[in-house]
Amino acid sequence: MYVPMSITHKILAGHCGKGSVRPGEFIKARVDCCLGNDITAPLSINEFERARAKKVFDPERVYLVPDHSTPNKDIKSAQLVKQVRDFAIRHGLKYYFEVGQVGIEHALLPEQGLVLPGELIIGADSHTCTYGALGAFATGIGSTDLAAAMITGEVWLKVPECIKFIYKGKPAAWVTGKDLILYTIGRIGVDGALYMGMEFTGNVIDDLPMDDRFTMCNMAIEAGAKNGIITPDQKAVDYCKERAVRPFECVSGDTDASYREVFEWNVDGIEPQVAFPHLPSNVKPISEVGTVRIDQSVIGSCTNGRMSDLRAAAKVLKGEKVHPRVRLIIIPATQRIYREAMDEGLLAAFLDAGAVISPPTCGPCLGGHMGVLAEGERAIATTNRNFVGRMGHPKSEVYLSNPAVAAASAILGRIGGPGEIKGRG
Amino acid sequence: MLKIKGRAWKYGDNINTDEIIPARYLNMTEPEELAKHCLEDLDKGFMPRIKTGDILVGGKNFGCGSSREHAPICIKASGLSCVIAASFARIFFRNAINIGLPIIESEKASLRIRSGDELEVLLGEGKVVNLTRGEEYEITPYPAFMQELISSGGLMNYIKGAIL
Ligand code: SF4
Repeated sequence: MYVPMSITHKILAGHCGKGSVRPGEFIKARVDCCLGNDITAPLSINEFERARAKKVFDPERVYLVPDHSTPNKDIKSAQLVKQVRDFAIRHGLKYYFEVGQVGIEHALLPEQGLVLPGELIIGADSHTCTYGALGAFATGIGSTDLAAAMITGEVWLKVPECIKFIYKGKPAAWVTGKDLILYTIGRIGVDGALYMGMEFTGNVIDDLPMDDRFTMCNMAIEAGAKNGIITPDQKAVDYCKERAVRPFECVSGDTDASYREVFEWNVDGIEPQVAFPHLPSNVKPISEVGTVRIDQSVIGSCTNGRMSDLRAAAKVLKGEKVHPRVRLIIIPATQRIYREAMDEGLLAAFLDAGAVISPPTCGPCLGGHMGVLAEGERAIATTNRNFVGRMGHPKSEVYLSNPAVAAASAILGRIGGPGEIKGRG
Repeated sequence: MLKIKGRAWKYGDNINTDEIIPARYLNMTEPEELAKHCLEDLDKGFMPRIKTGDILVGGKNFGCGSSREHAPICIKASGLSCVIAASFARIFFRNAINIGLPIIESEKASLRIRSGDELEVLLGEGKVVNLTRGEEYEITPYPAFMQELISSGGLMNYIKGAIL
């Protein structure tokens, strides 16, 4: 019997040997690859060893990326990274990334062609959902799940219901994928897609560069979703073709698939968005922000540390100076991005403006290192979470925005849009 | 663990994993060390005041945020007996099931319970009894597959049975 399915359901069905799946059903699915980082993998390795497992299911499909506290920020994190490294060597993992090759996992793995359309990917990191931008089913799981998957190559999943978002119209200048996803989370709330799959479509998504698509799928988890996904088009295929480490097959949903809900929004009037503390859903358009002074601006992370993000920041910062009371920290997400930014002269523009450039790391995004906030300090960041204490002291504040807004704010000393910088309107 | 008895500690909606265990402690993996900092950024006085068996009660979307398993691990190691919430974020939910921390979904319980209430959780009968208020709340039952996971003692035991 023909059962119309969304892209999410088709990928799940294809990985559990069934013709079709229904929302709510529990499945045991084959994973194409799985990943962990220096915070989550040590717990998985402990479980793996406690289970006396001898080997991983496939040394080419278990990726370990110590990106959170690297270059090692203290002795304890150095121990954790060592545990991950020793495990990677012992099990002959082909894709283990050490400082010098490392990048933030969710920017690095797509860039290296290690996550591909049609695949089922699980990662012990909540932002694993980023890879949905390539038309993969990708979801975050915990360390024990990762341990089990490293052994068996399988994961248990509950088939989610799906919500479709259709974006129509033409986004205004400086409105990016980040603004669309912040706007979306603002509309539906931080649990608006709890347990569900979010599917992004419409002419605005068709026109969106890959970098922005990653940003949107990255933040699906901030609405509570299991995955975010975009049906792969020529742009996605071209992106993957030149880097894929294995063959892949694109999957698309049926046009008559049913959804729990369908939202259709015209984006014409949408401005750059800013999420106020302490929830990503607490958004306001830039024109309604008022006067919010800042101490720090962070441009980077798995959400917005890619080339187009750095280009947008450089466009605003070129020839300008960072406000004397503001620390601007820029973090290219991978070594390749770092190199490209250097070749394009973006790093020079950042240095001239008075920014500091960090090596690829999660660093300040989770209040780890490289820019932790003191009590009462306030930061604008292109990251994805602004929870209490996320970037440091529990009495510090984080505002979320796109890179151009974060750059403009660094110049202004308060939250403001690029339109306020002379000649950038 | 069919019957759990304890005093409630009630907090609001969207209690996230950064509040449950801040990232500055993620350079550790030992449950007892993590437990010292359980809910530190939400309520500094929490850990010193709780008694073994106490019950954590949240609102909607409990455990949202990162995938860190350190969150349910530190709750379990702190001596809290279970978490009751109106709803759970999905990764926290699966992590809790996988490591064997009892979590209970009940909108009514989350709405009615106040800090300090004496509670009795009867998992077998699928209800929470509020001894202080003389009320009973129904528990959303776990799906069959999860019951299987729980009864085999968590995910690692489950896959050991199935594969190893
Ligand atoms: S950049 Fe931030 S959100 Fe992304 S993986 Fe690193 S810590 Fe997590």
